[in-house]
Order: sequence, then structure tokens, then C-alpha cells
Amino acid sequence: MVKNFFSRFYIGIILLFLYAPIIILIVLSFNQSKSRAKWGGFTLKWYGELFQNDDIMRALYTTLILAFVSALIATIIGTAGAFAINSMKKTPRFIMMGVTNIPMLNADIVTGISLMLLFVALRFSLGFTSVLLAHITFNIPYVLLSVMPKLKQLNPNTFEAAQDLGASPIYAFFKVILPDILPGIISGYFLAFTMSLDDFVITYFTKGPEINTLSTKIYTEVRKGIKPEIYALSTIMFVAILILLILVNRKNADKHVPIRK
Amino acid sequence: MNDTKPKLNPSSDSGLMLPHTNRIKLLSFPYIIWMAGFIIIPLVMILFYGLTNKENSFTLENLAAIAEPINLQALGLALLLSIISTVICLILSYPLSIILNNIKLKSNSLIIFIIILPMWMNFLLRTIAWQNILEKSGTLNTLLTFLHLPTINIINTPAAIILGMVYNYLPFMILPIYNVLIKIDQDVINAARDLGANTLQTFTKIIFPLSLPGVISGITMVFVPSLTTFAISSILGGSKILLMGNVIEQQFTLGNWHAGSGLSLVLMIFVLLCMAILSKYDKEAEGSNIW
Repeated sequence: MVKNFFSRFYIGIILLFLYAPIIILIVLSFNQSKSRAKWGGFTLKWYGELFQNDDIMRALYTTLILAFVSALIATIIGTAGAFAINSMKKTPRFIMMGVTNIPMLNADIVTGISLMLLFVALRFSLGFTSVLLAHITFNIPYVLLSVMPKLKQLNPNTFEAAQDLGASPIYAFFKVILPDILPGIISGYFLAFTMSLDDFVITYFTKGPEINTLSTKIYTEVRKGIKPEIYALSTIMFVAILILLILVNRKNADKHVPIRK
Repeated sequence: MNDTKPKLNPSSDSGLMLPHTNRIKLLSFPYIIWMAGFIIIPLVMILFYGLTNKENSFTLENLAAIAEPINLQALGLALLLSIISTVICLILSYPLSIILNNIKLKSNSLIIFIIILPMWMNFLLRTIAWQNILEKSGTLNTLLTFLHLPTINIINTPAAIILGMVYNYLPFMILPIYNVLIKIDQDVINAARDLGANTLQTFTKIIFPLSLPGVISGITMVFVPSLTTFAISSILGGSKILLMGNVIEQQFTLGNWHAGSGLSLVLMIFVLLCMAILSKYDKEAEGSNIW
């Protein structure tokens, strides 16, 4: 009983720790006062002004397009790469996986700086394209590492059986292999999307002065004070993700047999 | 090779042997080109910049710059703070993972969901919110004064940076540990109990060694970003406390690319060293899994 109480208390404390800043941000989005320090009464005006603020809307647009496109390209290259690596012999596979792990283990600041040096050396102007290339680069490993385990689980006999039964290799691929690895591809895409959405350091070094994502915009505003519209925007995004994830979870919970005994 | 005729005996060690393996290898070209162009070559660029001066002649000056007191101090402080926050994360996460593992939930996706959810709000904003909480007249002190408790003033100190690191990277420690704990076979634990091991012995001899891979990957995922951060320290540490990441970032904003690259190289060497030490332990852990 005591142990049970302690367990609950401990979980509660950790959750409070994890969610306290989020509660603060949501409260700030309804704060009449422009200053973070004091409460000026309840208001919804920041939610209205948010959509009139071109700077923030442009940063939001850049962030979303960047995440969408970089995750898409990374998914295509990463999935193709996963197929190829999976059919390789041991040594080349080992080397390929080693290179794949570099951006995941290396410090973000080093990855960001190294890419910036490359773009500058190639006289490639820093802007949307350079950030996009950088995002694809750090996204590919996430896709590859989500697709690989699914490929390993594949039973090669089913593919052969399909062909023995008269399916062309392409048809067999779409009917037999793709459905099996699709969950890996989808989770790879969402992982890549999230990483791109949340990245600050690599974007900061590769972006150039013309464009801003939400992260870099927030960072430049830290010193002069964050605009309350940003709190409103992040509250909207948080609630949207929350609803989306609850819906997905519900659906999965219905479908899946409990994992644990 | 005849494409339509499937190979009957996949003799190689790879998992999936599709019949037209050679054609499948072509699929790796975009990947290989991409990784060579955007991972290997950029690293060579850092190496080049780090080992040359503005006149493009070879020098070790940029590497030696780490010995300057201000840089050495930044590296030392970054190491110290990241080690402390990694240890705190481990101390907080392990009991939590055990507790979560003991609540036999129908699916573990809910737990993962609750732990990951905060990460969907921009990490800079969440760190700024900690400014609000920790400030002299912030949320925490208002609450403490209300309860007639002494106030805490840690904003703009290393303690606030540690808090920021622990806060931001805690999920990266909880998830890998939780993921290995739920996979431990209950029968193994029961067997240990049947053979007379008490709770502590079961933990030190069975549960902890089996969970080591998760602990190692958690340590890596907390330690590396903490060691190299510059955003958390500049938001919660004020402008006076410099970590290694801040020093490197400053060099680049000042336009000293060669010096900045040299310091990045040093940082990279430190990260690699730590990974090498950790992977040694990881191997040992794997070895102990085979009885």
C-alpha cells in the first residue's frame, strides 16, 4: 500500500516536471499582458493576431513545408537504401551502417557546421534549399533504421511463392513485400517529420539570413522577448498533435492484441 | 541472371534475397551518393578548416586553442554539467521505468505517448518557460513564498543549465530503459526467485545486467546533446556562463571559421572517446547475456 502510494507519487512528480513548462506556455498564450512576468487578465486576442502576423505565419509555413518535403525525400532515399543494404554482404553492410550512424551520434552542432562549410565552399547560397538538403541528410538515417528491422523480418519465401504463382516481380513487390514493410516506412516518415519540425541547431547554421523556421525565429526573439502570438501558435500545435495522437492511439488500441501478458 | 527465376537457395547471410539482387544494389546509389556528399565530405571540410589558417596553410593552432583558459574552462564546465545531468537523468529514469514496468498496462504505447508528448512543443519555448518558473519572482518562488518556504534563486547559474538539460533529455533516458525492461522475460526473474535470490540479488544479478543496453543507449542520448548544447545554456545560464557549444557558436558568429572548426574537432574527439568507452561496456553487457 505504502509502496503503491510512493509509486504514484513518483510518477506524478515526474509528470509535473515534464508538463509544468507546457502549462506555463498555455497560460501565457491567454495572458493579456505582453510581458512574461505578470498576469494581465484573460484574453484571446493573441490567437486572433497570430494570423495577422506575417513573420510568424511565414516561419510556420517554412517549417511545415521543410518537414513535409525533407521527410518525403528522406523516406524515398532511405527506403531504397534499406533494401540495398539489406541485400549486401556483411562487410559493405557494416560500413554502410557505420556511415548511417554518424549523423545520429555526432553532435548536432558539428553536423550543422560541417554542412555550412560544405555549402559555402561550393558557393551554394544559404537559404531554403540548403536547409532542405541538411534536413534530408539528418532524416535519412531515421527512415533507414525504421525500415531495416521490417525488411529483416520479411519471409523471402512469400515473394518467391508469389512469383511461382505467376506474379511478375513488380506486382509481387507491391502485393507481398510493400504491405509488410509499410508500417516501418510510415513510422520512419513520421519520425523524420518530427525531427525536422523540432530541429534548431542544424537549421541555425545552414539557413542564411533570409529565412526562418519557428525554432530559429524563437531563438532570435529570446533576448528581446517572445511575442505572445508564438505562445498561441505553439498551444494550437500542441493541442492539434494531442488530438491527432489520441485518435491514432484509439484506433491502434482497438486493433492490437495487448502486447504484454 | 535470369530475372524471372527465383533463386532457391539464399546462401548469403543477408535476410532477404530477392532474385534480382544486382538490380537491388542499384537502389543504394542515391543513398551512397547522398551520404558521401553530405556526411563524409562535410566532415572532411571541418577537418580541413580545423587544420588550416586563413592563408590555407597547415597549422595546429586551432586545435591548440583548446588550451586557452577560456576554452578549457568552457570544455571542463560542459563536461561537468553534462555528466551531472546524465547521472541525474539516470537516477530519475531507472526507478520510473521500473514503476512503469510494474503497472501492467494493456499496452505500453500510452506510456510512451505521455513521455514523448512534451517533445512536440518546441524545445526552445519549453526552455524559455523554465525561465518563467525559475525567475526571482517566477512561478516557483511565488509558490514557495505562498507556502512560507525559502525561495530558490538558481536562474543564470549552472544549476539552471543542469535543470534545463535534465528536462530536455529525460525522455531520451526513460524510453530506452523502459523498452528493455518490458522485454525482460518474467520467467527469468521467477526462476531467480525460485533458486533463492532475494529482491536485491534479483535486481543486481538479473534485471540490471539485462537492462544495461538500454542504460547505455540512454546515457549516449543524454550525454552527447548535453555536452554540445548552446541553446539551453544561453537561455537559462544568462550570457556569462559559456559552455563548449557557446564558444564554438561565438567563433562562427564572429567569422573565425578556422578557430571554430578546430574547437569542433576537439569536441568531436571528446564525443568519440566517450562513445568508445561506452561501447566497450555495451559489448561486455552483450557478452554477459550469453550464458
